[in-house]
Amino acid sequence: MRAFTRGLLGIAGFLVLWELLGRSPLIPAHALPPPSVVFGELVTQLTSPEFIGHVVATVLALLIAIVIAIAIAVPSGLVLGSVPAVRHATRAVVEFLRPIPSVALIPLALVMLGFGPETKITLAVYAALWPILFNTIYALDELDPLLVDTARVFGTGRLGVLFLVALPSALPFVLTGIRLAATTALIVMVSVELMAGSQIGLGYFIMEARSGPGRMDQVLVGTVVAGAIGVLLNNGLERVRRRWVAW
Amino acid sequence: MSNMLEVADLGHTYGDYEAIGGLSFTVRAGELVCVVGPSGCGKSTLLRTISGLIEPSRGDVSLKGSHLAVVFQDYSRSLFPWLTVQGNVEFPLRSLPRAERRVRAAEALEWVGLSGAARKRPWQLSGGMQQRVAIARALAYRPSLLLMDEPFASVDAQTRFELEDLLLRVRREHDTTVLVVTHDIDESVYLGDRILVLSGSPARLVADLEVPLPAERDQVTTRTDEGFVALRSKVARLLNVGKPSMDVEKWAEAERESLSETVSS
Amino acid sequence: MTKFLQRWTVFAGLVAVWQLLGWFADDPFFPPPSKIVSAAWDWWVLEPENFTGHVVPSVVRLLSGWVIASVLGVSLGLLLGRSDRAMEYAGPLLVFLRSIPPPALVPVFLLLFKAGTSMQLATIVFGVIWPVLLNSVDGARSVDVTKVDTSAVFRIPRWQWVLGVVLPAASPKIFAGLRVSLSLSLVLMVISELVGTDNGIGSQLMQAQREFDYTRMWAGIVLLGVLGYGLNTALLAVERRALAWQPRSRDEQHA
Ligand SMILES: Nc1ncnc2c1ncn2[C@@H]1O[C@H](COP(=O)(O)OP(=O)(O)OP(=O)(O)O)[C@@H](O)[C@H]1O
Ligand SMILES: [Mg+2]
Repeated sequence: MRAFTRGLLGIAGFLVLWELLGRSPLIPAHALPPPSVVFGELVTQLTSPEFIGHVVATVLALLIAIVIAIAIAVPSGLVLGSVPAVRHATRAVVEFLRPIPSVALIPLALVMLGFGPETKITLAVYAALWPILFNTIYALDELDPLLVDTARVFGTGRLGVLFLVALPSALPFVLTGIRLAATTALIVMVSVELMAGSQIGLGYFIMEARSGPGRMDQVLVGTVVAGAIGVLLNNGLERVRRRWVAW
Repeated sequence: MSNMLEVADLGHTYGDYEAIGGLSFTVRAGELVCVVGPSGCGKSTLLRTISGLIEPSRGDVSLKGSHLAVVFQDYSRSLFPWLTVQGNVEFPLRSLPRAERRVRAAEALEWVGLSGAARKRPWQLSGGMQQRVAIARALAYRPSLLLMDEPFASVDAQTRFELEDLLLRVRREHDTTVLVVTHDIDESVYLGDRILVLSGSPARLVADLEVPLPAERDQVTTRTDEGFVALRSKVARLLNVGKPSMDVEKWAEAERESLSETVSS
Repeated sequence: MTKFLQRWTVFAGLVAVWQLLGWFADDPFFPPPSKIVSAAWDWWVLEPENFTGHVVPSVVRLLSGWVIASVLGVSLGLLLGRSDRAMEYAGPLLVFLRSIPPPALVPVFLLLFKAGTSMQLATIVFGVIWPVLLNSVDGARSVDVTKVDTSAVFRIPRWQWVLGVVLPAASPKIFAGLRVSLSLSLVLMVISELVGTDNGIGSQLMQAQREFDYTRMWAGIVLLGVLGYGLNTALLAVERRALAWQPRSRDEQHA
């Protein structure tokens, strides 16, 4: 409880600093509206169906992207992690693909997929793949050979070992990978919305607020909400990991 | 002979758990004093208060001189893996000029017989060698008091004998004042000029015994010496070995009385 | 050697398949590798001012942003990591700040710093500081009790405590953070160049898109991939040297 209070004090201190900075003549008032203004605007926006629509669009696209990324990365990770030959063979390809930043693919995705949600979902999937894939492979590396041998002794086949032994013991790592992936996907999602001029979403809201009326308070409302989504996702997935994966 | 360390009515409580209660003793210059006590009685706590790592709840510790070195039981953790053996020995000497640091480290490594290992990393050495590095580091610091917390508890028996003799040799050659904490009765008698026997928690001083053995000791002859055997069984009796546990307070009182009788008779 | 062959064979095979498909399909979206390479050659080698005017500034910004973030992140992280109290105050705030998608702050930085290098640096620094910071906190916390006691007993000076004990003890974690940050800085470099500049790899990509020049777009993407691969390899080499004191070499493929 003490620690909780201190955490709140830390955040309060940050807000006070921001308020002072925002009101000081050092910084042009329109560039950094103080938190009092931003929170007023936040309340207004949270009751506006249009803003809620943007938030829902982003969160929905994000969830779809995460699910697709899991569906691709976990099976691939299981294959790469349990068949060394495949892993060595594909290693150079993977090492070359991984550092390509997903945002670099924005222009390509735009011309191929257009301005709809497909673009941002595809790019978020691409970004979210890697942490899940690598954590799954890593988890299989860490797999206790004794467990596998035990299962083999009891006549479990290769697939059986994969699903009954490898997958459950890899789960904590995989969930950590998913948590990292979710954060990354959120960043990419908002970036794409911001820059690729999609028609809806939190990033689009921020872009509109900036380029149209230059409402920095609305920009910051969007930012704060995006940060809040990030915290919720992160803590939620962390809690899932702790609740379901007790071993 | 002057007193190097004076401890007066030292007590420490963790929360409301009393670990040591009212200890008073002195260590004279050049002396090697062993502290024995049952496991968990508060020996490490005593050492930590003397070394200033924790502030005692009450009482006074006064040390002549300012330097103090500690050799911990866990050598693998007290040595820094990112430094070489020589770097580890030089670790406390950073305020000295580089050349002097070198000389002192080389010297200390020679005392413990590790001149050849100066460029190695600690983890490339055996456990006994690592503990010798820790001893060399402490000696290079030229402490007015060297504290050791169960320094030989984590090495095998053979190495342990070697390290005990090493300690006796270097402290004789360099006139170091040493306070060794141990739970091994034989070790305390073999090493010490004096033995402080502590009771179980809270730690109280049960006895302060002179060791009636010559300064030169030998793993074979000393350990079969009559004086050694007699003192060892006395310490064992004081530590209540083999007896069912009873009221510590009363027991310590009784032991003290019987002891003063034997001393006066 | 066989492993080396194995991995590059598949890589080369995939490139070859792509090349063949590209020839036969003749799809403007997927030019064959030969065309991409020749476009890259024309673009950056035959016109060196494209290289010095776009690629070099991008890399300089990326590295400066990463270095600034690393220095800030490590110093702040070691400080916070050695004080439970400070971490209690700062922890929740850090969690929130870390969760903000950095591109969302680009408009704010644009107004605060004007378009240009300082705004781009701010974006990169804000975006990549978190892995370094949080890993440094973790690392600084991991100094074990015996080492803390040993340092206290020998009364070593403060600078030696920080640079000689806490920093090396935390360095394995710090390097893990540095690697994540480095690959993130590539992302943020591109993001910061997509708006408000006319130089850099990112802006060249945008321009290629506007001109529907898919081959150049691919060249830019490949360049970024090569850049990321090269930077990561270089950092791994530095890490291997810096952490050579570690008793056991660790698994390197896990980022
Ligand atoms: N930081 C602490 N907080 C609370 N209690 C502690 C702490 N450190 C030690 N104790 C308790 O104080 C008592 C004495 O501990 P200490 O480590 O001094 O014993 P010891 O004689 O060195 O034991 P051992 O022979 O096992 O090394 C123990 O019962 C221990 O549980
Ligand atoms: Mg102890």
